[in-house]
Amino acid sequence: MRKYLLKRVFYMILTLFLVASITFFLMKLMPGTPYSNQEKMTPQQIQIMNEQYGLNKPIWMQYLIYLGGMLHGDLGTSFQFSNQPVSYLISSRIGPSAQLGAQAMVFGLFFGIIVGSIAAINRNTWIDTTSTVLSIIGKSVPNFVLAVLLQYYIALKLGWFPIADWGSFSYTVLPTIALGVGPLAETARFIRTGMVDVMNSDYIELAKAKGLSRYGVVYHHALRNSLIPLVTLIGPYTVALMTGSLVIENIFSIPGIGEQFVKSILTNDYPTIMGVTMLFSAGLVVVILLTDIIYGIIDPRIRLSGNGD
Amino acid sequence: MEEKLKLSPDSFEALPQAQEPDNEKIAAPSLTFVQDAWRRLKMNKGALISFWIIILMMIVAFGSSFFINHSTLVKSAPQYANLPAKIPGVPINGFNGKLKVAGQWVDEYKQNNVPTGKYFILGTDNLGHSLAQRILYGTKISLIVALVATFFDLTIGVAYGIISGWRGGRVDTVMQRIIEIISSIPSLVIVVLMLIVLRPGMTSIIAAIAISSWTTMARMIRAETLQLKSQEYVLAARSLGESPFKIAWKHLVPNLSSVIIIQTMYTIPTAIFFEAFLSFIGIGISSPETSLGVLLNDGQKNFQFLPYQMWYPAIVLCILMIAFNLLGDGLRDAFDPKSRR
Amino acid sequence: MAERILDVKNLKINFHTYAGDVKAIRDVSFHLNKGETLAIVGESGSGKSVTTKSLMGLLANNAEVIGGSIMYHDEDILKKSEKQMQNIRGKEIAMIFQDPMTSLDPTMKIGQQIAEPLMKHKKVEKKKAWAQALDILKLVGISNAEERIKDYPHQFSGGQRQRIVIAIALVCYPEILIADEPTTALDVTIQAQILQLMKELQAKIETSIIFITHDLGVVAGMADRVAVMYAGQIVEYGTVDEIFYNPQHPYTWGLLNSMPTLTSTKLEAIPGTPPDLLDPPKGDPFAARNPYAMKIDVEQQPPFFKVSETHYAATWLLHPDAPKVTPPEEIVRRHQLFAKMTHQSV
Repeated sequence: MRKYLLKRVFYMILTLFLVASITFFLMKLMPGTPYSNQEKMTPQQIQIMNEQYGLNKPIWMQYLIYLGGMLHGDLGTSFQFSNQPVSYLISSRIGPSAQLGAQAMVFGLFFGIIVGSIAAINRNTWIDTTSTVLSIIGKSVPNFVLAVLLQYYIALKLGWFPIADWGSFSYTVLPTIALGVGPLAETARFIRTGMVDVMNSDYIELAKAKGLSRYGVVYHHALRNSLIPLVTLIGPYTVALMTGSLVIENIFSIPGIGEQFVKSILTNDYPTIMGVTMLFSAGLVVVILLTDIIYGIIDPRIRLSGNGD
Repeated sequence: MEEKLKLSPDSFEALPQAQEPDNEKIAAPSLTFVQDAWRRLKMNKGALISFWIIILMMIVAFGSSFFINHSTLVKSAPQYANLPAKIPGVPINGFNGKLKVAGQWVDEYKQNNVPTGKYFILGTDNLGHSLAQRILYGTKISLIVALVATFFDLTIGVAYGIISGWRGGRVDTVMQRIIEIISSIPSLVIVVLMLIVLRPGMTSIIAAIAISSWTTMARMIRAETLQLKSQEYVLAARSLGESPFKIAWKHLVPNLSSVIIIQTMYTIPTAIFFEAFLSFIGIGISSPETSLGVLLNDGQKNFQFLPYQMWYPAIVLCILMIAFNLLGDGLRDAFDPKSRR
Repeated sequence: MAERILDVKNLKINFHTYAGDVKAIRDVSFHLNKGETLAIVGESGSGKSVTTKSLMGLLANNAEVIGGSIMYHDEDILKKSEKQMQNIRGKEIAMIFQDPMTSLDPTMKIGQQIAEPLMKHKKVEKKKAWAQALDILKLVGISNAEERIKDYPHQFSGGQRQRIVIAIALVCYPEILIADEPTTALDVTIQAQILQLMKELQAKIETSIIFITHDLGVVAGMADRVAVMYAGQIVEYGTVDEIFYNPQHPYTWGLLNSMPTLTSTKLEAIPGTPPDLLDPPKGDPFAARNPYAMKIDVEQQPPFFKVSETHYAATWLLHPDAPKVTPPEEIVRRHQLFAKMTHQSV
């Protein structure tokens, strides 16, 4: 177990190091100066700016400084938001994004499990068909389309929820739904398939032969066994939620990382792009490691070991 | 009890022995793997309808390029801007050129002095382009992006997976570590970096999508190759000294085809989504170029007043996504009888 | 006469499939006496497992009982509600499945899996149930049971898992134990151990066993009586000696002939395959594979002919008008042995 963890952490660090390096050099390759979007500056001003940002040093030196800074949590200074450290930009915006992501994940998993298991138990009935159709639609309709529709019809026309911005819980409802419907549909499909498989297995037959009630069979045996593999989907969901946050935060004007990221991309704010890139990558590797560990704990068949796959 | 039985004197004569018991005859004609899969797919109505919808949309989208002049889609025609849908002979509000303005249905075509006889069946956008033409053109672009990206994704993924699985040992370990690292980077990050470096546009979107999504394919192909490698017919081919390339082509690829086809069917909608997503947030294809994402982005700006400008492309996009997902599910069930239920 | 605890009469079961109705069980009758072991023998698809599933009320959704009765303690199991069946399953009629590798829940501690029926049927609280689970675990011969009770199924070998499955089945001391090919998936040496264990436990727990198998060799040491099934029907039944040494049905001959013996030099297979039960033949279903088939075999189904008080066989060969046929050599040898045995005992 320890050996396994050490190995995994090593790969995590290697991954992040690679992402950092690739991002750094890609950004250095980019034509144009960081100031191209701002008003014309005199050569002297540019000189001063370059020195201030360390841009006059050789590239390898900038690289080392960048890596060194990252170890201390220093991600450089934003080009666009004058003199704001990237780490500050990110930390001040991470709250809403994290809350939204967590809510969407919980929403998707919770309702997905309910819908999926109800469909599996009532296999080949209209309930199953309905939930299958809804899952396909949920999986297929892009979240940004859904977000615009929700915003217009639920918030603007019906006025049930605030249209945009960030504040109390009611501000989070529509963005959570828009973000969470994808994972919900995916979970429902996954649980339905898994549970149908499990329901056909010999140990469910044995559980029935024990005289357990329908509820006992489903709750104690079927659900348990089909829920465990769901953990493996949390990684992909995290990616989907990060991606989704870009549009959803934009549509609902939520002051989060995603909205910041889009802004940075559109304005060539390289230090911020690099910072958010690192944040997303770090977030994902941590989530993947955590889910692997959790999977090992809740599934007795899996023993984490240091030897490879 | 025996009285009830009707026995004739010859009842107990021995039957002539059949040469071979004929009940080992196979009743149904044998089907090849693909025929069998196709037969099963045909029984899945949703998948079959989706299949024809996709074919139809492709024919319409690609066929329309002969009739749509790209230059008119780029040039603006402000005199026709923001006209609602008008189909002659359809007197339904929403399709008769009328638009609800402050609670009143107003004939926008009259208001803007559009010459009689000129009409747009899906209305126009804010620059006076025919929305129908843009949607057709945009669908084509979105499909091209998705199909080409999927093609590269497939090529890279299959080649990588076969090499990794076939070579095994150290090569496999290294290649798997590389995949592990790449797939623990969010695809969004890869795509964004690619777009920044390559400058937004069709080519860079295709490259970005292909590069960020091949790992799934490679993993599945590798797993399948590992299994196939130990199959007897492959061992036989190897022991007969066939070249690895020939084995891969003759034995592996046909047997991998189901995995490839299913995975491809799931990659295409993902690619369509990514294109639309990137164009929607403004870092993909952008106006005056056209794709479904661009149309959604344009439409969203006026959604409050001219909802049709977003609804139409959104419907097309959703139908496309649903059709591909349904077809993918259908193919998965058809190719993998284990999961058929 | 021994007390009958289970009496199956004229059971008929169909499976609805896309291709049509499969007549899986076609008029099956048998009974089970208290304390005895009844073996039901037949090749795969003959309807053995379907019969037992119907005893448990666990038929698949597309199965339909179209006739007959299963009397258990003077009550028809087929008429019981799902709720009533739940109270019978695991408590009065328990079952052991074929594949121990897949019949235990992989994510539940085996102690809990054994305790479950107790908690359900005897309303025993968890702690007590685990204590009883431990006892039964020792009884089925799991060494170091105190520690292993907290293990998960994958930590046990196939033979041990089958012991655990047996423990689950016996934990409520059921009246009837149905063993559906309990040793098929196991190594030969483990098979013998499991059979031995079942015999010992039967004596201790005083349960009656219905033993389903396709392997006549297993039957010899286990069963008191044997019923031979073919194509959804019972074709011959009798005591184990009668079936082994005085078989009358050509199918039973075929089965015995395909079993290795000390003297046999070559194994005789029964040619052909069983008939398609979507459209069962009009006459004797075995006629097509029967080297002794007569004209009447394809015209009418044979009734049961009585061989002795306990021994019946459904073959026209037993009809008084039927010509005398000479069974295969091995069967003739058995018949001779049987004559000697009965002669001695008389």
